[in-house]
Amino acid sequence: MTAPLTAEEKPRRFAAPAWRERGEEALIPPFVALLVALICGDLLILSYGQSPLEVYRLLLEGTWGNAYGFGQVLYKATTLTFTGLAVSFGLRAGLFNIGGESQLAAGGFAAALAGLALPTGTPLVLALPLCIIAAGAAGGAVGAVPAYLKTRFGAHEVIVTIMLNFVVLAFLNWIIAAHLHVPETLHTPEIRAGALPRLSDMFTAFHGSAANLAMIVVLVVAAAVWFYLFRTSGGYALRAVGLQPDAAEYGGISVGRVWLKALTISGIIAGMGGINYVLGYKHYYEDGFASGAGFLGIAVALVGRNNPFGVVIAAFFFATLSQGGLAIHALVPKQMMDVLQGVVILAVAMSVPEVRRVLRGSRRRSDA
Amino acid sequence: MTSGTGGGPTSPGGESSRAVAIRMEGISKYFGPIEANRGASLEVARGEIHALVGENGAGKSTLMRILGGLMKPDAGRVEVNGRDVTGWSTNDAIAAGIGIVHQHFMLVPTLTVAENLVLGSEPASRGMLDYERAAASVQSLSTETGLAVQPGRKISELSVGEAQRVEILKVLFRGAEILVLDEPTAVLSPPEVRELWAVLRRLRDKGDTIVLITHRLDEVVDLSDTITVMRAGATVARIRTAETSPAEIARAMVGREVALSAGRRVTPSSATGSRGSRGLEVRNLAIRGSRGNRVVDGVSFAVQPGEILGIAGVEGNGQTELIEALAGLREISEGQVLIDAVDITARTVAARHEVGLSHIPEDRHRRGLILEYSIADNLILGVENKFTKGHVIDRAAVLANASGQISSFDIRPGDPALFARALSGGNQQKVVIAREMSRAFSVLLASQPTRGVDVGAIEFIHQRLLDARAAGKAILLVSAELNEVLALSDRIAVMYRGRFAVVMPAAEASEEVLGEYMIGTKKGNAA
Repeated sequence: MTAPLTAEEKPRRFAAPAWRERGEEALIPPFVALLVALICGDLLILSYGQSPLEVYRLLLEGTWGNAYGFGQVLYKATTLTFTGLAVSFGLRAGLFNIGGESQLAAGGFAAALAGLALPTGTPLVLALPLCIIAAGAAGGAVGAVPAYLKTRFGAHEVIVTIMLNFVVLAFLNWIIAAHLHVPETLHTPEIRAGALPRLSDMFTAFHGSAANLAMIVVLVVAAAVWFYLFRTSGGYALRAVGLQPDAAEYGGISVGRVWLKALTISGIIAGMGGINYVLGYKHYYEDGFASGAGFLGIAVALVGRNNPFGVVIAAFFFATLSQGGLAIHALVPKQMMDVLQGVVILAVAMSVPEVRRVLRGSRRRSDA
Repeated sequence: MTSGTGGGPTSPGGESSRAVAIRMEGISKYFGPIEANRGASLEVARGEIHALVGENGAGKSTLMRILGGLMKPDAGRVEVNGRDVTGWSTNDAIAAGIGIVHQHFMLVPTLTVAENLVLGSEPASRGMLDYERAAASVQSLSTETGLAVQPGRKISELSVGEAQRVEILKVLFRGAEILVLDEPTAVLSPPEVRELWAVLRRLRDKGDTIVLITHRLDEVVDLSDTITVMRAGATVARIRTAETSPAEIARAMVGREVALSAGRRVTPSSATGSRGSRGLEVRNLAIRGSRGNRVVDGVSFAVQPGEILGIAGVEGNGQTELIEALAGLREISEGQVLIDAVDITARTVAARHEVGLSHIPEDRHRRGLILEYSIADNLILGVENKFTKGHVIDRAAVLANASGQISSFDIRPGDPALFARALSGGNQQKVVIAREMSRAFSVLLASQPTRGVDVGAIEFIHQRLLDARAAGKAILLVSAELNEVLALSDRIAVMYRGRFAVVMPAAEASEEVLGEYMIGTKKGNAA
């Protein structure tokens, strides 16, 4: 029992501590992706006859370099964090929620309805939770549909969530166009209660930017998601199902119930994202406000490696690209940022397994 | 005459005059750390029926995939009809007349027999499929070979036996002269098997070469001309069928020398049983496989507290399904399962744990462990709710539990934060065993408890099982290692084709006796 370790009993793969391996595997893929994107970006900029350095300088100046730009980044990052968290929550259970777009829209719509229903002058401490609950419930309801169809009939969640996007968005469009819009527009009347203070109310430098207190809400949600995933028995079961459903089933975890829960909560998180636009920015629901933020959440989750804090950072990154596109428009078309986004997503998708394999290979060699 | 298990493959004598259709030498194939083939060899004469036998995972299918060009060997040489074809492609293999009939049918269910057969080489007239011509050529091939099919029927309407005939016709249609059939009888009824044998004999007499992969020995002793036995990725024997006995083949298939500590044998005594424990009782259990066939077909037995019932058998005879059904991971179609006199037939996995069931699964990588979880987290799988305050996991309690089990089960290295995937096979298995034997239980299902585990850990695991038995646990042991079953069990059951062929006291059992029941040459007494 006390014999020294034989070669057989030594850990097979690495001698480094577990946290270091985890850290490297979490961080290296996004950085490799970023590097690849930078190179592609340089080539693109050069092809327009511009200096990459100049363009990047402009990009940083227009985003992080002044209060307004930074406020816009904060605002965009808030919605992206919501949708990124939603996607990553599903992915942790092994499920791909592509329905963020419609869940976000449904959440925003419900928040607007709640804000309209409440009497004018309802204090924010009461109105805000009610609007958030309404938004979450609507998003959760949309998320629960694919969850139920998957556990009951085995319908693939990717197909159902994609298809449901069309159904829900068309339904919302019809309600707005046929019943709820202010004449000559495609948005609802302004909400009576629940409007969130903007950052510019406190710091005048942020004047004109849409940044608002929803970003505090999203940070709380991110922390809660992290706590649930990594500190509770429910999160233990959820991650177990995502990693190895057969082993989870063997351990007595009800895989179907976890799926149901994960997709529903994923929908709730995406739905809550609707408050950023509706309560924080415009104070009404407008048809098509989500404008791709739900889909971009997939990229945010991938780059953020499904870690809630990674998602926050990735959301900032994509928000910067998006806002930066406007800043550099004078030199190169802003669509270049869309191209870069695509490159980052592709690079991450490819680099994750690749980098992992390389990492493990080098460790095995250094053990030998 | 044959090399048996010791000396490696030998060539049967008096046969050198015959042309060699397939010669594979020194074939090795690795999948990461797994050696599917290590230095395997195969020699098949033209115009013979050659049986390739071995247990599941012995490397038969890999060897045939290499032959068929689906994989390239990491080492070794492949010759077909005297030509070196090492590392060729599937198209090369088809062009050279090799046809593989896979275990799982590769037919398009919505198309007709004729359409499936001509797929890839459709006779066309003005860009449209010439259905008449397709049907006619299928019909003529069918008559020629005696493989009766109706060209116009859809695959989805056919029985499994008919679908298999279509599969065989399909490779013949492409001009195959060397046919490889992977476990062709797995899904067939006895009359369908007899019919298949007749077809294969006819094809052989016509001059075709046939390689038959199987682990059902009894079926090939009267059909094949030559038998190659594989075990653990290597070829261990090549035998003329006429000159061997089933028992000899069985020994070559399953016999492996394992250093077993024999100092044991506590007399079973229900007096030591935990209070109120009644052990495991199974009544007339039946389980249907994916194709609706009965993979477990009416099995009844009981395991008393303080007893180890060992189940021997060639793999694939229903042992896996039996254990999974008992554990709650597979649907039971008929019968009852009782633990301590509580009927658990319809209960969930978690509810079975509550009643006192523990389970060491046969596949620790798929079931037993979450490889990306730490040792500490793996040690609470299934009992995670007992380590919480509110719903929050009590990290201190999880770590305390881990350090306790790491030291009492000697898990190395003993760092509870290490991922399970970083451990050696033996230590991974110790994690599973530590978890399953540390919780309160009265019945233990131990499925292949020492598979892929080093010798030191084998001894340790055996001692733990015997300790549990001495503590009055009822243990159902399934193992592919006959020695293990013989050394640990109080009673031994042999499972054959979904049934218990025999149940006997371990004292009366020997490898020879069990071997005959395992391959079905001896039918037993079991109810």
